[in-house]
Amino acid sequence: MTSEQLAWKIRRHGIEMTHLSGGSHIGAILSVADIMGVLYTDILKFDKDNPEWDERDRFILSKGHAGAAVYAAIAENGFFDVEELKTHYANGSRLSGHVSHHLPGIDFSTGSLGHGLSVAAGRALAAKQDGKAFRSFVVMGDGECNEGSVWEAAEFANHYKLDNLVAIVDHNHMQSLDYCNNTLEVDMAQRWKGFGWNVIEVDGHDHDALRNALKNTSNTDNKPTVVIAHTVKGKGVSFMEMDILWHYRFPHDGWEYNCAVNELHKIKPEGVEDPYTPVGCPEIEADPEPMDHTVSETYHPTYYKREVEKQ
Amino acid sequence: MRDTVIRTLIDLGLKDKDIELITGDLGFGVLKPFWETLPNQFINAGIAEQNMTGVAAGMALEGKKVFTYSIGNFPTLRCLEQIRNDCAYHNANVNVICVGGGYVYGSLGMSHHATEDIAVLRALPDVTVICPGDANEAAAAVKTIAETDGTCYLRLGRGGEKNINTDIKEFEIGKAYKLREAKSDGEKVAVFSTGAILEETSKACDLLENAGFAVEQYSFPTVKPIDKEAIKNCAQRFEHIFTVEEHNIVGGFGSAVAEVIAELDTNAKLHRIGIDDFYCIEVGNQSYLREQVGINAEGIAERIQGVISE
Repeated sequence: MTSEQLAWKIRRHGIEMTHLSGGSHIGAILSVADIMGVLYTDILKFDKDNPEWDERDRFILSKGHAGAAVYAAIAENGFFDVEELKTHYANGSRLSGHVSHHLPGIDFSTGSLGHGLSVAAGRALAAKQDGKAFRSFVVMGDGECNEGSVWEAAEFANHYKLDNLVAIVDHNHMQSLDYCNNTLEVDMAQRWKGFGWNVIEVDGHDHDALRNALKNTSNTDNKPTVVIAHTVKGKGVSFMEMDILWHYRFPHDGWEYNCAVNELHKIKPEGVEDPYTPVGCPEIEADPEPMDHTVSETYHPTYYKREVEKQ
Repeated sequence: MRDTVIRTLIDLGLKDKDIELITGDLGFGVLKPFWETLPNQFINAGIAEQNMTGVAAGMALEGKKVFTYSIGNFPTLRCLEQIRNDCAYHNANVNVICVGGGYVYGSLGMSHHATEDIAVLRALPDVTVICPGDANEAAAAVKTIAETDGTCYLRLGRGGEKNINTDIKEFEIGKAYKLREAKSDGEKVAVFSTGAILEETSKACDLLENAGFAVEQYSFPTVKPIDKEAIKNCAQRFEHIFTVEEHNIVGGFGSAVAEVIAELDTNAKLHRIGIDDFYCIEVGNQSYLREQVGINAEGIAERIQGVISE
């Protein structure tokens, strides 16, 4: 499977899984889909028949709310039956909303932000001590970088020269209530540079750029590498893109689900089968008025508008 | 107790390269022997306990036997979620060492009083809670927990505690140790303690014996899992059981014992001696604050005599 094919599958599974479960975070699942597609085809070393293979690259999805993306990636790689994806969020399922390690192919649970980088750094350090060649990867959110623990870990990884540690920031520029820069303004690349990291900025939907950035992260200064992947929240479904509503809302039956699937079919790579609706959803029902599928307003404290923006 | 633990870790580390000690930038004058002897098994994570604990989890998942080290509430409350999510939930062999349980750093103020840590850590599934009463118990505990999978909290005093539990050889997680048999025909009481308040508790038991009481004394170096059998055995034979801890009486050792006794069909009454659910605003060293709170030897003995004479 190519990275483009896997990324499309992750998007399609993401739509189906949140549609069936009523689960949140489709915006984040869609923004990280290309990153996960490249990682799980061309970058990470793993063995589906031996999930605990000692030489495997270690991977943590620290933005655990996009769990559906990693579940889809490993199911498509044969760690478990793709059919099981439909049980996401369901009673008795193995697929909790946030990432669970009680599954073959996942060895670290997340869900509370700001944990993954420290653990990935600990693994990278242990690998250095034991002379092991694997790399330790972690995918984080940009909102997650509000957490102070991320910067504790960033200082640590730089100090201990963990050049076998690779962080990828899914920089979709939105977080829980608003755009990142309306929340806590930050220059992401500058910040990581300030912490001494090897910083690479790419278009997080450009597979060749991601591949080039991630293939070989060794560098002469033995720095840990961060790939800041600029992405679009909700990428691939126009009415979900860059809209905070779709951090929470799931694609409902009817117009939303049908439109989302049909839009994905327009960008479907050659050689991919849609496991759910092979020919798309031809019958698009009329958009029920006055239902609003997007929300343009984001939260802003009045004092901020009144006093800070005037300055 | 503190120095004994570090000496024991050095002995273990010399034999096993997987032993790792990570400090949150504390241990001046204490950890030097370790980093000089085992520089490749020592890490200073800086003043960043969340990362220290996450790194420890990552290393443990790669097969290391990790000890994190700091004082007071820093290695526990400051990074509680990392202990819960990263260590305990993944059954990672991370052993959190706190130096300064209770009022060890009394004069430094409330921030440095570790007086709710047992309650908080005890509430986490798959976390073993060990509070050694003296250096003998501490050394034995360290050897055992290094070789035990899963996450452990090791709450230490400071140093200079008198060795009371002189019989202990092998540490058994979850076992209480009987230190004193009821000798006289006087009023019978059972006295349990956990942690470094053991010395004061033993002195209190001496005072009670001198006053004619028949005292059976136990040290409970493990708070979780608690020794239910020892508690049951005492509850069947004693009308009054006293617990002593240098900790809030809410949720701590006394509460752990209460949970067991409440589900037994006995007439034993439990009396919890500890800090009666307040933050200490007084200034003073450990022995001064223990006296103010009533958990010095005299205070413990008076409380027990008071209950019995009611």
